[in-house]
Amino acid sequence: MPEETLKDKSLKIDYTPPTKSWVEPSAEFRKGTYGYPAAPKHEKYLELPNPREWQPAEADWKLPENWKEIILKGMEERLGRYRSFRLFLDICVRCGACADKCHFFIGSGDPKNMPVLRTELLRSVYRRYFTLSGKILGRFAGARELTEKVLKEWFYYFYQCTECRRCSVFCPYGIDTCEITMMGRELLNLVGCNINWIVEPASNSYRTGNHLGIPPHAFKSTVDFAIDEIKDITGIKVEVPINREGAEILFISPSADYFGSPHWYTFLGYLLLFHEIGLDYTWSTYASEGGNFGFFHSADLAKRLNGKIYSEAKRLKVKWILGGECGHMWRVIHQFMDTFNGPADFLEEPLSPITGTQFDNAKSTKMVHICEFTADLIKNNKLKLDPRRNDKWKVTYHDSCNISRGMGLLEEPRYILRNVCNEFYEMPANTIREKTFCCGSGAGLGSDENMETRLRGGFPRANAVKYVREQYGVNLLTCICAIDKATLPPLLEYWVPGVDVAGVHELVGNALVVRGEKERSTNLRGEPLNQDEGEDHV
Amino acid sequence: MMGILFSIFAVIILLLFTTLGVLGMGWYFLFAIILPYTAVVLFVAGFIYRVLKWASSPVPFHIPTVCGQQKSLPWIKADNIDSPYTSGGVVKRLALDILFFRPLLKNEKVEIEAPHRLLFKTSTLLWLGALAFHWSLLIIILRHLRFFLEPVPTVLVVLQRLDSILQNLIPIIYISDVVILIALAYLLLRRVIFPQVRYISLPSDYFVLLGIAGIVISGILMRLIYKVDLVQVKEWIMAMIRFRPVPPKGVNLLFYIHLFFVSLLLAYFPLSKLMHMPGIFLSPTKNLRNTSRNDRHINPWDHPVKVHTYDEYEDEFRGSMKEVGLPVEKE
Repeated sequence: MPEETLKDKSLKIDYTPPTKSWVEPSAEFRKGTYGYPAAPKHEKYLELPNPREWQPAEADWKLPENWKEIILKGMEERLGRYRSFRLFLDICVRCGACADKCHFFIGSGDPKNMPVLRTELLRSVYRRYFTLSGKILGRFAGARELTEKVLKEWFYYFYQCTECRRCSVFCPYGIDTCEITMMGRELLNLVGCNINWIVEPASNSYRTGNHLGIPPHAFKSTVDFAIDEIKDITGIKVEVPINREGAEILFISPSADYFGSPHWYTFLGYLLLFHEIGLDYTWSTYASEGGNFGFFHSADLAKRLNGKIYSEAKRLKVKWILGGECGHMWRVIHQFMDTFNGPADFLEEPLSPITGTQFDNAKSTKMVHICEFTADLIKNNKLKLDPRRNDKWKVTYHDSCNISRGMGLLEEPRYILRNVCNEFYEMPANTIREKTFCCGSGAGLGSDENMETRLRGGFPRANAVKYVREQYGVNLLTCICAIDKATLPPLLEYWVPGVDVAGVHELVGNALVVRGEKERSTNLRGEPLNQDEGEDHV
Repeated sequence: MMGILFSIFAVIILLLFTTLGVLGMGWYFLFAIILPYTAVVLFVAGFIYRVLKWASSPVPFHIPTVCGQQKSLPWIKADNIDSPYTSGGVVKRLALDILFFRPLLKNEKVEIEAPHRLLFKTSTLLWLGALAFHWSLLIIILRHLRFFLEPVPTVLVVLQRLDSILQNLIPIIYISDVVILIALAYLLLRRVIFPQVRYISLPSDYFVLLGIAGIVISGILMRLIYKVDLVQVKEWIMAMIRFRPVPPKGVNLLFYIHLFFVSLLLAYFPLSKLMHMPGIFLSPTKNLRNTSRNDRHINPWDHPVKVHTYDEYEDEFRGSMKEVGLPVEKE
């Protein structure tokens, strides 16, 4: 276990910058800090450039002969295509306000994890080749030659950024390092430098419809398994339509929901909820993934994967789309999908069939977040909820980066939580909402081989959880992001043992009193409900 | 430390150059006419060029940084400033950020308490320093407009009176002069003292601050000790504006130093990070509404991409789909 070895060493964090100037490229490929490169077969499947066997720790990266030319040409193209890219490279004044806002810097003390320097790694090359001052004044104006060492440094640090946008909140000009990292990764990808944890899920998703590579028949059997489990817990046999043409709503969630843990209990929560309200909906196997690892690779690959959602909605002739609990999935849906693959003029403006609420904020994209949907149900008294069934939990809520800073969905999940559990405590104000700290494993970094980087990056989040654990005895961290659910458990086990992780709709599923259900003796995890709870429960 | 030493060295060279040029060589024409004209041309042309360059790159995706509650369900209070859903909201957000540097107000310093506990401390000094610097700079620039306008508008006279309201207590001191000196000292010192800020600072970062300090100090000295004839200065400026340039009379070396540094920074402005001034208005994380599920954003360079179609998918999995009873399009 990587955690074990780390425990022995105990992660040291030192904020003193090194004596050597950052201008010297310095990427040290130490085990535990970086992701393994993409397997050629997945790159080939997606027809990506320069598929090959290589290792970052080795000297020869097997770059194409003209790699420098490719990168510089790629930069020029992107400078012309993205105002954000050119502008953010030009206007930074290096005030340093962003420096200690990045979770990777806070957890590592590595100055190149300060957003300003992460960008400077690329900005210095931009100055050298694309600005007059850089060409004339050189190092005085912070210009750097593009060398193989610089490229390696890009690889190290652009895959050590989770595109969480926290720095952008604190930057006086709104400079978003996410935009820079995205460009940096696109450039690296032009010469085939990427990590497997991004390319393999993307290739799986392209082929099978989901990151985990689950074929349709396996999807069906996992759904059947869930149906059985729900029957055991509640005595209710729920219907779960798959690939059903003519349903009113297409439901799309991240694939981890039906294959990962603790996502699974959120999955059970969705199924129970949809059963209870009698929703006319369907799952899809072709579009069985809400997440989009293409987004961590390039805009083009993101668009290729995202296309499935609308094309499946069209094929199944649904009216609108409902989306499950996921972070970057919602950044893509909220800010990119309509641009990528719209207009969705074959769909109707979303309208809740249960409450009649028109979701005016999704008129064009026609996709509604499950928390918007459920909050509306609760507000309109359509659900009978027994929050005591969640009494074993003292709950806090982690805002996912993309959901908060990429979307602004802040109150909906909190409103749901206040209705489905009795004890809810917020983490300190500077670590939630738009200032939320990343889990440290987003944007394709949630792999095992880079566990040290992940633990460091997740440290500020864990530190805030520790605070509410000590203050209020919090023992459950809820969130609405599949990557959070997968990566926060090992993080908390390392930094704050005794805190579990759950999705909001797991708690909804627990609290939901379903018509005709038997008296529940366990929660969705199969853990016994509180003793006194059973007695006065009707 | 190399950065700041290098910049100090550069500033000294430039001072010597001015001194020699003016006192030794008597290049009045160069310093008072050629360089200022050149600087203004470079500034205006460069400024416009850079802004047009940004404007020529499109905003392909809708990427506001959302800092507040979105507008969704009617009973949830939406934040129209930090998650603007109207153009008015965007204007308010930009205005607050540009006029009052709101993001810096959120600043907090992270410290680590051994072994693994983080402390967050509000840290508004940078906000205060930046605000003090920029506002006093603006007032000083506005005050200087009296050299360019005839008659001097009442607004400027009032501004000047207010700025020098302390004159009854301390003679001939402008509040803005004092404030900008303190702010500059702070901005410069933080780059020297705080290890992290020192680490990220480039020589050009120090140079800009030292350059502005040169302008401010020479300006103040001219006012307090080595006085120049302001009437003559205004005549020189008015003549320059009318393109009938003659070097000014009744001025001294300090005036030329002041003027030289102004010319230098004007010319350097479009090449440098000083372009953050117009840049912030174009920042796509700030100037867009958070209504992207409502208003479709068009990407002008959008191009078709290769996709894996449903038919291709079904062709691969049809057998097993049928086996478990999943509906298929083709038998």
